[in-house]
Amino acid sequence: MTLESPDIGRPNIDVSAGPPDAAAADMPLLRVEGVSKKFGSFPAVDHLSLDIRAGEFFALLGPSGCGKTTLLRMLAGFETPDEGRILLGGRDIAPVLPHERPVNMMFQNYALFPHLSVRDNIAFGLKRAGMARAAIDTRVAEMVALVKLEGMEKRRPDQLSGGQRQRVALARSLARRPKVLLLDEPLAALDKKLRESTQQELMELQRRLGMTFIVVTHDQEEAMTMANRIGVMNAGRLEQVAPPRDLYEAPASRWVAQFVGDVNLFDGEVTSHEHHRLTIATRDGGAIVVAVPRQPVAKSPVSVAIRPEKVKLSRPGVASDASNSQPINRLEGVVTDVSYLGGSTVYKVKLDSGAILRSSVANTARLDTDTYDVSQRVVAWFTSDDCVVLEQ
Amino acid sequence: MSTRRIFAQPARYAAIAPYLWMVLFFLVPFGFVLKISLSQTAIAQPPYVPVFDFTEGWAAIKAAFAQLSLDNFKLLVSDNLYLSSYLRSLIVAVTSTLILLLIGYPIAYGMARLPQRWQAIAMMLVIVPFWTSFLIRIYAWINILQHDGLLNTVLLALHLVSSPVVWLSTDTAMYIGIVYSYLPFMILPLYATLSKMDPALLEAASDLGASPQQAFWLVTFPLSLPGVGAGALLCFIPIVGEFVIPDLLAGSSSMMIGQTLWLEFFTNKDWPVASAAAIALLALLVPPLLLYDRLQRRTLEGGR
Amino acid sequence: MAGRVNRLSPFNVTALALGMAFLYLPIVILVIYSFNASRLVTVWGGWSLRWYQEFFNDRAMLDAAWMSLRVAAVSATIATLLGTLAAVGLVRGERFKGRSLFSGMLYAPLVMPEVISGLSLLLLFVALNAERGFWTVTIAHTTLTMCFVTVVVQSRLASLDRSLEEAAMDLGCDPVQAFLSVTLPLIIPAIAAGWMLAFTLSLDDVVIASFTTGPGSATLPIRIYSEVRLGVKPEINAICTMVIALIAVVIVIASLASKLSNSEAKSAAPL
Repeated sequence: MTLESPDIGRPNIDVSAGPPDAAAADMPLLRVEGVSKKFGSFPAVDHLSLDIRAGEFFALLGPSGCGKTTLLRMLAGFETPDEGRILLGGRDIAPVLPHERPVNMMFQNYALFPHLSVRDNIAFGLKRAGMARAAIDTRVAEMVALVKLEGMEKRRPDQLSGGQRQRVALARSLARRPKVLLLDEPLAALDKKLRESTQQELMELQRRLGMTFIVVTHDQEEAMTMANRIGVMNAGRLEQVAPPRDLYEAPASRWVAQFVGDVNLFDGEVTSHEHHRLTIATRDGGAIVVAVPRQPVAKSPVSVAIRPEKVKLSRPGVASDASNSQPINRLEGVVTDVSYLGGSTVYKVKLDSGAILRSSVANTARLDTDTYDVSQRVVAWFTSDDCVVLEQ
Repeated sequence: MSTRRIFAQPARYAAIAPYLWMVLFFLVPFGFVLKISLSQTAIAQPPYVPVFDFTEGWAAIKAAFAQLSLDNFKLLVSDNLYLSSYLRSLIVAVTSTLILLLIGYPIAYGMARLPQRWQAIAMMLVIVPFWTSFLIRIYAWINILQHDGLLNTVLLALHLVSSPVVWLSTDTAMYIGIVYSYLPFMILPLYATLSKMDPALLEAASDLGASPQQAFWLVTFPLSLPGVGAGALLCFIPIVGEFVIPDLLAGSSSMMIGQTLWLEFFTNKDWPVASAAAIALLALLVPPLLLYDRLQRRTLEGGR
Repeated sequence: MAGRVNRLSPFNVTALALGMAFLYLPIVILVIYSFNASRLVTVWGGWSLRWYQEFFNDRAMLDAAWMSLRVAAVSATIATLLGTLAAVGLVRGERFKGRSLFSGMLYAPLVMPEVISGLSLLLLFVALNAERGFWTVTIAHTTLTMCFVTVVVQSRLASLDRSLEEAAMDLGCDPVQAFLSVTLPLIIPAIAAGWMLAFTLSLDDVVIASFTTGPGSATLPIRIYSEVRLGVKPEINAICTMVIALIAVVIVIASLASKLSNSEAKSAAPL
């Protein structure tokens, strides 16, 4: 029941049969070039460019209203860009109407046709493509099995649970074997448990089908779990496009550092630059030594970003166990707040300089003796490699 | 005790006055119609022989029951005048409803696709004529359709016709009048279902390869069927009993049931036959009313 | 943002334009011709208020208009009172004996052909030996229009948040006080709309009034109706225009009132 050969029975809808594969080897499957879209005077998408390769699982991540859904709707053809081009397999698809695009979408609230059964919902796109009845039956059966909905074919959408509806929507959008599957907040309507298991299933499905998935989400954990690459959007622009790890460990901007995960930020000026190290005089954290970033810092003032789990704590006077040769930043202060979260404990430390620093310590042993109490004096320390310098 | 129940008692007292009013001025009169439809015609004032006279006790009631006659109803089914006016009422109602649907659907569909702000204005524009007097709206058409009216003037000026066309006292005029008067009743329920439809459904249809026409016939239209049903019944039911429009605009060669009733009552002074015609007219309306009720219930349940 | 798929097509725009023209042109033409100096509809004799003067000199028409206005005002007021009480009973009364008969009686007149309503009331008045005239028409109109008021108020009442009443009771009101101090102010727009609807329906009715009125007390629609049967008279154009103007004023007041109460509700919401 798997889809080993995605070309068998591909409906005859391939209007954008692009250049041959050899020529397309260095060409991304989908290229967005300087695309803008305004609603009234509000720029929803602002001169945005993006390449997506075939077979990628790409996530567009951003706060609500950042333009990610508008971008997705432009890819599906529901909105036309005011400026710029969208190339699919090297062809400009701006004039191609949504129903003629080899792209399918899974809608946020699924948009299942309430008057049609599960079977007819899945078969809808196949019928439009003029597939033979027998072929449609086979494909629908395949899809129903793929999303594990056997026995539900005759039900109407209002007779299904939320999770089942999500599967029907997925099956319906996959049935035409699109070149690109667009997913608009595909898991937003599911509860947490179901969301996690569905994430795994989506990933497995994407790997197995080798299809290109573009998912829009506001949930960073979801994006990080599923996607190979993530584009972080803010105010109609892409702030950074990177694999999940780079996004977290090497954010490109102060905004990304704050949006993705938790972060301590210190603002300051670069005071010296020697031996791959920068010394930064921060406004409220004292001097911090950091490793020189790959991209040289051109402008001052800058910000130093340190993730809470990179900040270690120890008692004053006790030598730290760091044995490498990196310079270590030490900042002394008093614990003001302790939040026990199970897997980790978050300490808030009020530094002597007045700044608040958060440190997340993994609870690696059940009977941990290495804990700190409120009002206790501690040394917070981190290596120069653990922080990132960002232009403001 | 819940607040609901605390509220229920005074609320029920509130209902007493309207309850009595409706019993006295709706239920009792309706009983009179039923009663008189079963009594004999008499040339007197009132022009019928009372069926019940309770002053004489049980024996009189029994005697009265024996006197009840179905003669009026027999007349209704045997006389061609009545049969043909029933038939005409049905034909006119069905034809008008179909025309209303054909004209009302595109308007309601256009309204539902207007930008949100404009929808409220369009809705207002459709409702306002409903508030202006019904009689005046019919009269406005007489102005236009009469022999030297605007329509003939325009047609003559455009050389579409060589001599004035007779519009008034024709079925065409009556249909124009009915469609004009009932159009809001058709548009509003259609608009209500069409505007509630999730726009994502059409996008999904388009995304799955349906052309705009296909998307309309495969998604929009089937989903608007409850509105079509509601609008059709909302027009059909009152049109069956319509009196003023056919009386003013149609010819006198054939009558609708409402006209026949009026004629029997005011001109022939045959109250029992008029009452019987009223009962028969109601009987005609029961099936579409039940259908409408079921439709409404289903829509309410579906909405939940 | 309607997007590409859901945007307005030329077909939609054409349908809307034609539909609106169909709805409004006849009325506009009627209004324009009411100012025509010429007696003939085909001939435009220049602007004139001649037919309005004629109306104000027509004793019978004026009497009929006065009768109609009185019937409409009195019947709308009684109908609003009774209809509101009925709506309260239906929505807040929960289940009680005879409830379905009650709601049935309130819905039936909405769909009952007017000839039947008129006939049945006349039979009642004859049986009661009541003198037919102002009061019989008023009662007949009240019976019909209170059902419309009930529907309007009922839907507003049903959509009201019950926790408001509960809050009022929590703060020391008994049910009646809670209703008067919290619920009633909130449904006032619906009650006002119900009154307007009752007023215009009464002003509009020919059939029921024809059955229930007596000699010498014709309403305006009855007079218009009998004139119209005899053919078009420019004076009728003028009367119709005035009725339209009256109704337009009522609608404008109603929509302003509802806008006002809406904006009050909105500005009060953040508090």
